[in-house]
Order: sequence, then C-alpha cells, then structure tokens
Amino acid sequence: MLRYILKRLLIMVITLWIIITLTFILMVSIPGSPFNSERSSNETIQANLESHYNLDEPYHIQYLLYLKSIVTFDFGPSIKKPDQSVNELLGRGFPISFELGIVTIIVAVISGIILGIIAALRHNGFIDYMAMGIAVLGISIPNFILATLLIQQLAVNFDIFPVATWKSPAHMVLPTLALATGPMAIIARLTRSTMLEVLTQDYIKMARAKGLSPWKIIIKHALRNALMPVVTIMGTLLAGILTGTFVIEQIFAIPGMGKYFVESINQRDYPVIMGTTVFYSAFLIIMLFLVDIAYGILDPRIKVNKQGGE
Amino acid sequence: MEKILEVNNLHVTFTTYGGTVKAVRGVDFHLNKGETLAIVGESGCGKSVTSNAIMRLIPDPPGKISAGTIKFKGSDLTKASEKRMRSIRGVDISMIFQDPMTALNPTLTIGTQLMEGLRQHHKVTGEAARKKALEMMDLVGIPNPKERMKQYPHQFSGGMRQRIVIAIALICEPELLIADEPTTALDVTIQAQILELFERIQRATGVSIILITHDLGVVAKIADRIAVMYAGKIIETGTKRDIFYNPEHPYTQGLLKSVPRLDLQGEKLTPIDGTPPDLFSPPKGCPFTARCPFAMEVCDKVYPANSILSESHKVNCWLQDSRAKKLLAETAGSKA
Repeated sequence: MLRYILKRLLIMVITLWIIITLTFILMVSIPGSPFNSERSSNETIQANLESHYNLDEPYHIQYLLYLKSIVTFDFGPSIKKPDQSVNELLGRGFPISFELGIVTIIVAVISGIILGIIAALRHNGFIDYMAMGIAVLGISIPNFILATLLIQQLAVNFDIFPVATWKSPAHMVLPTLALATGPMAIIARLTRSTMLEVLTQDYIKMARAKGLSPWKIIIKHALRNALMPVVTIMGTLLAGILTGTFVIEQIFAIPGMGKYFVESINQRDYPVIMGTTVFYSAFLIIMLFLVDIAYGILDPRIKVNKQGGE
Repeated sequence: MEKILEVNNLHVTFTTYGGTVKAVRGVDFHLNKGETLAIVGESGCGKSVTSNAIMRLIPDPPGKISAGTIKFKGSDLTKASEKRMRSIRGVDISMIFQDPMTALNPTLTIGTQLMEGLRQHHKVTGEAARKKALEMMDLVGIPNPKERMKQYPHQFSGGMRQRIVIAIALICEPELLIADEPTTALDVTIQAQILELFERIQRATGVSIILITHDLGVVAKIADRIAVMYAGKIIETGTKRDIFYNPEHPYTQGLLKSVPRLDLQGEKLTPIDGTPPDLFSPPKGCPFTARCPFAMEVCDKVYPANSILSESHKVNCWLQDSRAKKLLAETAGSKA
C-alpha cells in the first residue's frame, strides 16, 4: 500500500508540473499584459512596472521564478490588487468554494444513489419513469439556466431562499441545488442501470436462497457492487463540479475562488492565474487519488497493495 | 419410507410480451428422507424452474406457480408467506447453483458469506459462527480454513468455490438440498471430487438431495431414483436400475443412446432428431410425438396416462397401453 501511495504521489507531482508548464506557456502566449488597460501610463512607467514584476526577464527566467514561487508556495502579491497577496486571496476564497463543492458532492451522491435504487427496485413502474424523467431533465439543463430559474422562482417569486451571497445555510440551498442536479442525475441513471444488472446476478439469487431479507440483500450484496461504476465516474464528476463552481459562484455572487480564477485571466493577473490554477489542479489530482483508493477498498479484486499498480 | 417432499400437479408459467410460456406443466414426484433423486432432461425442459419453484425463487412477475402443491414435511409451500419462506430457505431447504464463478459475491470475504446464513437464522455469537464455518470448510475439504476464511472468491479455483457454495448451503444443516447442475461448470476431475463430496455429506448428515442435471454420467454415480423430464412434464420415473436397464419411454431410450460409451466402441452415437416443442403453445398430446420413432395417431391427440410398471417404475407413454402392445406384437408377428 505504501509503495503504491508513494508511486502515485510521484505521478501526481509530475502531472502538476505538466499543468504548471502548460499554464505558463498559455499565459505568456496570450497577447497583452497586466498593464495594457491603464491608459494614462507612459512607456517609462510601463517598463518600470514590468521590471518590478520581473516581466522584462526572458521567458525561461520567468518560468524558473514561477517554479520557485510554487515550490515555496509564495505567489507574491496580486498585480491588480497589490495590497493583497495571492495566498491571502486563496485563503479567503478556498474555504467557501470547498464548502460549496463538498456539500454539492454529498447531496449529489446521496440523492443520486437513493433515486437510482428506488428506480431499479420499481423497474418499469411509475416511480421508475418519474425518477428517470427527472434525471434526463437534470442532465439536459445546464446549471446556469437552472440557477437562474431557481432564483426567479424560489427567491424572487416565492421568497423562500435568499437570492445570492454566502452567509447562512439558507444561502447554500439554491447554489447547491443548481450545481448538484446534473451530477445527481448522472449518478441516478448509472446506479439504476448497474443495480438492475447486479440484481440478476447469481450471487443475489444465492443470497435469497440463504433466506436473507430483501433489505439485507440490497444493502449488503447489491449496493456495493452497483456502486463501483459510480465510483469510477466520480473523478469526472468532481472535475465537472469544480468547473461548475466558477459559473455558479458568479451567478450567486459567492466570494469563492472561482471569481478570482476568471477575473485573473481577463486581467492578465499572472500571479493569481498561477496560484488558482495550481491550487485547483492540486485539489483535483488529490481527489482523483482518493477516488482510486476508495475503488480499491470497495472492490477487493483491485489489488492496490500487492504490485503497486492498478 | 418417510416422504420429505411431495410435488403434485405443479404448473409454472411465465408471462412475456410474446405470450405465456408454460414452462412446467403438471409435474408430480416425491422424495424420501435421505435419498437422492435426479431430475434429468435437456436444456429448457423445466428442471431448473421446478427446483426454483420448490424454493419459491421464481421471479414474480413474470413467473407464477399457477397450480399444484409442493408439500414439504406436510405443509404446502405454494401457500406459505414470503416471511415463512425466508425462514425455510437456507435452514430447511438449501440450494446449490450451477456456476460457482458467479454464485459468490466478489466483494465479500468467504467467511462473511459462509456465516451470513447462520447468523441470520440462528442467534449465535460471532465466535460460534466462526467455529461452525471452520468446521464446514473442513467438511467440504478446503485446506487452511482459517486463512481462507479471510479471502475473497477471486482467490479460489472453480472447484474450491463450488466446495464453498456447498458449505454455505449446508451450514444450517438443511434436510433437503437442491443441487441445480452442480458439476456442469467444472472440469471432469473436479466433477468426480464434488460428486464424492455429495455422497460423503449425505452419509454424514442424512440430507435428502434433489439433483438437477442433464449429465447421465453424474446420475449413474450418485442418484437413487431418476425422474426424466421433457417439455415441462415428467415422462418416466424409476430407480437407477429401472431407467438405465429398462427404459420404457422412447425419449429415455433416445437419451441413453446419445451418451458415448466405452464398451460400444466403433458404433455411432444416435442423437434424437428434431427439437423440443414450443412451450408457448405446447401440443395437446405427448410432447415427444414429433420426434418419436414409434409415434401413433393417438399420441398427437391425447396425453398418455401414467402406466405403473412396478412399485418404483412409472411411465407416461401410449406404447404401454394394452391395445398398442397387441398391435406391436401383431406387426412383429406378420414380419416374421
């Protein structure tokens, strides 16, 4: 197990390095600089500013400086908001984004699995068609449309939940709903189809022949096997939820990391771009790693502890 | 002898979009305490459906026990509630499935799957369950039971898995064991070992066994009595001697002729021509008529009554009718 984790850590570091390098290449190849929009500045001021942020150095020096800032985890101050360091921005934004993401995942996974199981058990019945109808809607409607619809109906017309911002649990309901519906629908459909397949397996019949109760059969014998494909797509879903947070945070004016991420690219705020990208990628890579570990725990046939491979 | 199981006029149907499949059409048989009854027949003749019906494991819908009684120790299982059936399954009647590769849950350890039935039905401590499980693994011949308990199904070979399936079926000490093609998925050397295991267990525990199979070699080895099934009906029953030495039904005769034999080297195998009838609309008369070399006009129209040849040997065939016998004797005489 330890060998496997070490190996994976190494791969994670390499992946992160590739992402950092690609981001750097993309960053310097976009035309413009952080100071382009400032109309009043003359060329001397521009040059001074660039030299202050080392932007006048050759690209390979800039690249090394970036690497250094990442290794020391000190991205320096934001160019656009010089009174704030990138670390401060991340420290303020990340907990909020993380909260939104985690709540979304929990809601999506639990409701998706329950919906899928119910649909599978009432196969071809009314509840099945209802659940799958909701799931198709959930997959088809983009989260930003759903978000606007939710605000219009539940916040403006009926005034049940607050319109925007991030203060109390009530504030969390609409953004979470908007963000969780898509992944929930995917999980529900997947759980339903694998559950239906698992329920026809011989070991389920064998469990019935042992005289076990229906609930025990579903929880102990069927669900665990049915969840494996769900765990497999969790990685993709996590990435989807992560990018979803950018949009949802904008719509609900949530002061999370997504806002800085989008703003920094528009304003060519290089340190912030680097900081948010590294942070998001590292987070996603770690989550994917945890998914793989969970997969090994769920399915004993996947030996993560023997050869150090998957 | 005490009858442990008595099946009378059992009908099982499956409703599909294409119509109703009459999979089992009036099956009668009984099983005495401590004996082994083999139900023999080709694929799709209703043998597995019959065994699932005894366990009440037929998925409903689409399946349904539409008529008949299944008396287990005097009480009719077709009328038992699902709750009562749960207390019978695994405790009084156990089942072994055909394919040991798929009958075990891949995500649970062997120990968990072994003890599960015991802990469900008998209120025993974890320690007692463990002890019993180790005992069972020992009985079915699995070396190092202590270590093996903690392993998962994929770490066992096919033969070992079938031994575990047998151990699971026997752990609550059932009185009746239904083995649905228990050796079909195994290779020949393992088959022999498993059959010997059955014999040994029967001697040790006195369990009654219903063996579902299409393999006459298996039957010859361990069955006491044989019931031959064709198109949802039992067409001939008898002791092993009756069926192997004096088969009366043309289908039974055909079945025996299509088995390769070492002592008849050089002779060609004689398969039974044709295919079984469509069970969406089974024929009114004897279902074997279309393939039977002795078919008469009456065979197609009326199902033959049960002819009792001896106390143990019974057959459903028009050839046993006194008129047919006379006719056969005359034609044989005129030829001579």
